[in-house]
Amino acid sequence: MCLAIPARVVDINGNKAKVDFGEGIMREVDVTLVNVKVGEYVLVHAGYAIQVLSPDEAEETIKLWNELLEFEKQQPKMR
Amino acid sequence: MAKKVIDKINDTSRELGYVKICHVCGTHEWAITHYGIRSLLPKNVDVIAGPGCPVCVTPASEIDESIKLAENGAVIACYGDMLRVPGSHGSLLDAKAEGADIRVVYSVSDVVKMARQEPNREFVFFAIGFETTAPSTAIEVLRGPPKNLSFLVSHRLIPPAMELLVGIGDLHIDGFIAPGHVSTIIGLKPYEIFPRAYRMPTVVAGFEPLDILFAIYMILRQIKRGEARLENEYMRVVSWDGNIKAQEFMNKAYNVVDGNWRGLGKLPLSALRLSEKYSKFDAREKFGVKVEEGEDIHPGCQCHLIMIGKIKPPECPLYMRACTPQRPIGACMVSMEGTCRIWAKHQIKNYEI
Ligand code: SF4
Repeated sequence: MCLAIPARVVDINGNKAKVDFGEGIMREVDVTLVNVKVGEYVLVHAGYAIQVLSPDEAEETIKLWNELLEFEKQQPKMR
Repeated sequence: MAKKVIDKINDTSRELGYVKICHVCGTHEWAITHYGIRSLLPKNVDVIAGPGCPVCVTPASEIDESIKLAENGAVIACYGDMLRVPGSHGSLLDAKAEGADIRVVYSVSDVVKMARQEPNREFVFFAIGFETTAPSTAIEVLRGPPKNLSFLVSHRLIPPAMELLVGIGDLHIDGFIAPGHVSTIIGLKPYEIFPRAYRMPTVVAGFEPLDILFAIYMILRQIKRGEARLENEYMRVVSWDGNIKAQEFMNKAYNVVDGNWRGLGKLPLSALRLSEKYSKFDAREKFGVKVEEGEDIHPGCQCHLIMIGKIKPPECPLYMRACTPQRPIGACMVSMEGTCRIWAKHQIKNYEI
C-alpha cells in the first residue's frame, strides 16, 4: 500500500498526466501534489504522483553511499 | 558495494552486544525478507517489523462499519487487500458473497469516476492507509466529490505508532528505520522527537536492498559513537519538510483524532477524520453507522504481537498450519504487506537469532 513506483511523465493535461511505468505500461495519474514537467520522473502511489525525482538526487545517493563507505578509513580507529 | 556495507556492518557491530532495529513499513519488510537481509547481518543484529501494514492495523470495528454500510445498500469501494481482512463476523468478501456490492479500486479517483457514472447508487470509499495515501483522499474531498459519494476515513499516522513502540518497556528497540514513502509526504521533521526525547537513532530509508543495508549501518554507527541522531538515507526522495502541498491538503481535509489500531488499542492522535467543514462527505455521519467494539484478534492468532515485532511469524503456533495465505486467520496473513503473509510467501519456516 505504501509502495510508490517511479514513472516518466509523457503528457500533462491540467492536474492529470499520462505516465510511463516502463515496459509499455501507461496510466493516467493525478499530479495535483507535484510541480512536474513532461520528461521528468515522478513517484506514483495509488494513482497520485507524490514526489518528483530528479537525476541530481540520484547522484546524491551514490555520493552519500560512497562517503559512508570511505568515512572510517580516513579517521584513526576509535576504541 | 553490498559486500562493502556488510563488512562495515560487521566491523561496527562487533563490540556492540545485541542490537534490535525496528522498521515500520510493509514494503521494508518485503524487501528485507525478499533479499534475505536478515541472513546477511551478524548474529547480534536483529531487524523487527513494527505496525507498518496499513491493512493489518485497520481495526475490526472499521471493517464492521464498512460491511454495515454495504448491507444498507451502498457500494463499498476499497483497495484490494481489504477484501479478505477479517471483521468481527466475517470480511467484506463474505459480504460480497452474500450479495453486497463491493468493488476493488486502484485509486480513489476510480471511485469518483464510478460515482459519476452511476448517480443513482450511493458510493462509499473505504479510505485506509498511512500518510502516503491520505493526501489522495484529501484531494478528492476538497475537490468536491459527487453527491452520491462519501468517505469512510480510516487513515492512520505512523509517528504515534513509533511512539507506542518506544513506550513498550520489554521491546527494547535500539534504533528506527523510518518509512521512506510516508516520509516523502511528512518529511523528516516529525521524527525529531525520537532521537531527542527517546535517544533513538532514526534513519529514513529507501527500499532497495542497498538502502536498507546502509540505513542499518548508519544506525549501528550512531550506536557505536554513543549518538542518537535523525539521518536521511533516502535523500533522493525525502526532504526535511516533505511534500508541503500534500500536508496542506491533509490539514484542510482532516482532524487528527485518537484511533484504534488492530490489536494495539487506542493510540492518541493517531488517526484522521474528516474535519467539520467536510462532514457532509463523512459516511459515518451521512448514514449514522454505529457499531459495537470489534473483535480484532481471533483466538490463537498472534497478530497483536507480530505487529509490534515482539515475535516473528514462526513463533505463532498457527503459522503455516491453520493459517496460510490461502486460508488466512489474522490480518497479518491477509495483506501483501502483512509480516506473516510476506514470510509465508517466502516459505520461511523457522528463524533463530
Ligand atoms: S500466522 Fe496467522 S494466526 Fe498467526 S499471527 Fe500470523 S496471521 Fe495471526
